[in-house]
Order: sequence, then C-alpha cells, then structure tokens
Amino acid sequence: MTDERKTAGEEAVCETVWAPEKVSWIDRVPRPVTMLLLLLTFLAIWHVVYLLKVISHIILPSPFATIADIFTVGVNLLTGDYMLKSLWTTTQEVLFGFLIAVFLGFFLGLLVGETDFGERMVMPYLVAINAMPKVAFAPLFVSWLGFGIASKVALSAFVAVFPVIVGTAAGIHAADQNARMLFRTIGASRWQTLTMLKLPTGMPHFFTGLKNAAVLSVVGAVVGEFLGGGKGFGELIRIAASMINTPRVFALIIYLSMLGLATFGVVVWLQRKLIFWHKETVAEELFE
Amino acid sequence: MARGNTFSPLPAGLKGRPVYELRGVSKTYKRRNVHALEKIDLCLTEGSFWGIIGSSGCGKSTLLKIMTGLLSPSEGSVMLSGKPVTGPRRDIGMMFQQPTLFPWRTAVENVVLPIEIRDGKKAALDKYDDARALLDLVGLKGFEEVYPNELSGGMAQRVAICRMLITEPTVLLLDEPFSALDELSRDFMDMELQRICKERNATTFLVTHSIPEAVILSDVVSVMSPRPGRIAATVTIDLPRPRTLDMMTEPSFAAYVKQIRELLDKGAFL
Repeated sequence: MTDERKTAGEEAVCETVWAPEKVSWIDRVPRPVTMLLLLLTFLAIWHVVYLLKVISHIILPSPFATIADIFTVGVNLLTGDYMLKSLWTTTQEVLFGFLIAVFLGFFLGLLVGETDFGERMVMPYLVAINAMPKVAFAPLFVSWLGFGIASKVALSAFVAVFPVIVGTAAGIHAADQNARMLFRTIGASRWQTLTMLKLPTGMPHFFTGLKNAAVLSVVGAVVGEFLGGGKGFGELIRIAASMINTPRVFALIIYLSMLGLATFGVVVWLQRKLIFWHKETVAEELFE
Repeated sequence: MARGNTFSPLPAGLKGRPVYELRGVSKTYKRRNVHALEKIDLCLTEGSFWGIIGSSGCGKSTLLKIMTGLLSPSEGSVMLSGKPVTGPRRDIGMMFQQPTLFPWRTAVENVVLPIEIRDGKKAALDKYDDARALLDLVGLKGFEEVYPNELSGGMAQRVAICRMLITEPTVLLLDEPFSALDELSRDFMDMELQRICKERNATTFLVTHSIPEAVILSDVVSVMSPRPGRIAATVTIDLPRPRTLDMMTEPSFAAYVKQIRELLDKGAFL
C-alpha cells in the first residue's frame, strides 16, 4: 500500500511516469545528411548492378563514369564552350515559353473563371485540347514556325499553359460565400470584387499552376528540340544518345534539370513573397 | 414579466423613431416554387435591439438578404430611414458567423475595406485613425498591424465588428455573429456587443440560434416558424439595462427563456 495520506488523485500524479516521446532516428539526423545518405545508397546499388553486369554496360554506364562526365560537361559549360551556348538556347526557349504560358494562361483562366461566356463556350474546347497529348503537336509547330527557336517556344508554351489556366480559374472560384456576400452588401463593383477579393484569394491556386507550368515548360522545350532539331540541349542529348554515349546523356539531363529547378525556384520565391499568409500543404510542398 | 406575445409590428414598451420598417414582406422563389417568407412585419426603432430566433431553414437568411437589399421581396415594402431599400445601402452594416477577414490585409486594413471599396484608397487612408480608435474600442489596441492568421476567433470577430462599424451604419444586421465561438468567448462578446451598441446608439437586428443570447441582448425577440417563414410570436424582454451575465441566473431571465422555448416548440409544428 502507498502512503495513506495521499488522495487517489495525488497518487496517480506521483506514479505516472511519462514515456519519453518517441523520436525516430531519422528525425535526429540533419536533413542534408539524410538526403546524401539516400543518394549514396542509390549510387551504391547502381554500382553493384553495374559490377554484376545485370544490364549491358553500353546501356548502363558505371556511376563513376557518369560523375566524371558530369564534370566534363560542367567544365565545358564554365569555359563558355558550345554547351553553354546550347544551354542558353534552351533557357531562352523555356523562359519565353513559360512567360507566354503565364500571360496567356492567366487571361484564359480569367475568361473561363470570371465570365459566363468563357465558362459556357470556351471551357469545353480547353478541356478537349487539354486531353490531347500536347507534345504530339511538335511536328506541326515545326512545320508552321520552322526549325528555329520559335517552334520550341510555342510547344513549351502550349504544354505549360494549361496548369496556369486551371490554377487561375480555380483561384477565381476559391472565394467563399460569406466573402462574396460581404462584398455585395458593401456594394463592390464586379471589378473590385475581382481585384480585391477573387484574385488575392486565388493566389495560392494560381501559384500551384505556375509551379506545374515551370516544370512543364522545360519538358515542352526539350521535346521540341528532340523532334525539331535546333541548337539546344535537347539536341545535344539526342546526339549523345544516338552515339550511345550514355554517361553524357545522364550528365546533360542533370544540367537540364537545373534549368527546371531554377525556374521553379524563382516561382517559389515569388510565391513566398506575394502570398505570405498562405500555409502550404504537404501536397504543395511536394512540388518544391 | 413576460407580457409580450403579440403579433403587432411595434411591441409595447418600445419608444423612439422607427428606423427600419418591414411591412408585409413575402418572398416566393418562383422557379423552385418555394414559399420562403410570408408577411413579415418588423419595426426597429432607433437604438433598439431586435433578436430573431428560429430553427434552421426558417427563412432567416432570405429575410437578411431582403433586408440588406441583395434580394427583392415578392410582396411588401422595406424602408430604411424613410427610403425604400432597393440595393446595397451604405447605412447598413452586416456581420456573419465567420469573421471573413482577408489574410493579406492587416487588422486595420481589414477594418477600412468597406471605405476603400466605396470611396477609394485615399478615403480609406483618411479613415485609418478612426479604424484604430474602433480597434481600441473593442480591446484590440496593439493588434492594428497584425495579420488575421495571428488572431484568435474572438479577436477576428471583433475586427469584423470594427469593419461593420467603420461606415457608421444606422442599422446593424448580425447573422449569428458569435455562433462559431466557444461558450465563454461568446458570452464575453455578447457583453461587448451590448456596450458597443449602447455607445453608438446603434439599431441592431440579431439572428441567432441561441435563446439565452437572444434574451440577454434584445429588447424584443421574435420567434420565426418555418415553411413558410413567418413571425410566430414576438416577446418584449423587460430586463433592466445594461444587462449583465449575472442576469442569466435570475428567475425572470429563465422565465423568458422558457417562454421562447415553448413558442419555438409550438412554432415548429404550427
């Protein structure tokens, strides 16, 4: 028996030993270290597969050869050699494509989201076009706009525009019933409701669209280069692949992904600046 | 004691100039053939507090939309300060269950929003001092530059009160303003509301689901019954002002609550 002077409540308090909060080992390791660990594991598995000759060495180069080539390409880029010029070509295509997609997508999104005309007449066509495999239009763009940069910009914009349309239109519909009612009782005009309520409320949706567009604009530009020639990075990849220079293909893809990451990073930075009030959900964080 | 229970639009014991008058207001939604409101008569006198209570779907939101001028009645007239209400009016202030603050605006920026919409940015800037004074009035001094996501539910609702008051409306329409708050904050906000209404001699119309809230705040409580929405009974609350939370334990208060509860139970099956 325990001390009789204690009440039942006190007893419970005294005897309760709080279990230490369980912290998984992975939470105690700094994030960069865990990320590096995963990468090293991946490279190790790769190397083992390479050594075991499960896959032909022509198709799967050793990780060391690939890393060596990443350095070769890096040096080429840093010294401003032909690769830098071709990266610049692709960058231009991506930037122009992305910007066109943003502006066009915003206005189409406005049209579809805000006007009855857009929703009833334009929307069905957009849905239909969106369902098409958009990169299949590449040969058309080449025949219309030639083998230069214009056809790639067009494909890039075409592929990237739809998430912006969806994001803008969804954003315009995001304002809740009470907020709309409030604006109506205050007597706000349609323009005021759009600029002071619907667009700011829809900003998070708009930026989700932008983030998808940032990634897709690179896809569009590179596919355009695969199919329509030109001087960009896509062409370099195609040439390397046709010579079965697999390490080079990997290396070029790594640098190309930097381009996508950079565009993406600018969008995320802008988003943090502009919509400081919005807490991102896990799903949104996944795109970062 | 409870001596109301009259169908007259102007219950006994209410003095003062009529501010808001509804006469025989009916609403039928033609397309769906729904008879939402039938012959609503209300008369809010200056500085009075009118509570309205009823089950959900009794046409309260239709009534509020008609009162704010967002809907036109099928029959009857709505007069505010002698002029018919035909659209959104500057002299009406409205508040909802949710604070509906905009997260990209600070508290004070949220407060001046109606001014900015009606009179532009410059007029809004001129109102910043008034807005700060209002925030001070509701006990939010020091929170002027804070964004809504840092405010508690009660604080946010107080900012919404300020936003409603900044235009100096003649009539306040409150649509279950504190029903999203917890019981303690709600009692506190009710007392705050009473103080603010008294300070500004505001004429107030409160829609609520809570009988105690209706009784403690109102001069008159109307009980609505559904399908079609109409005023089944009107009770004059003869408790001294200012009301305090302590009154909620008094027998006279309990008698009013009981009377209204009975009316509600009856009204639902009428």
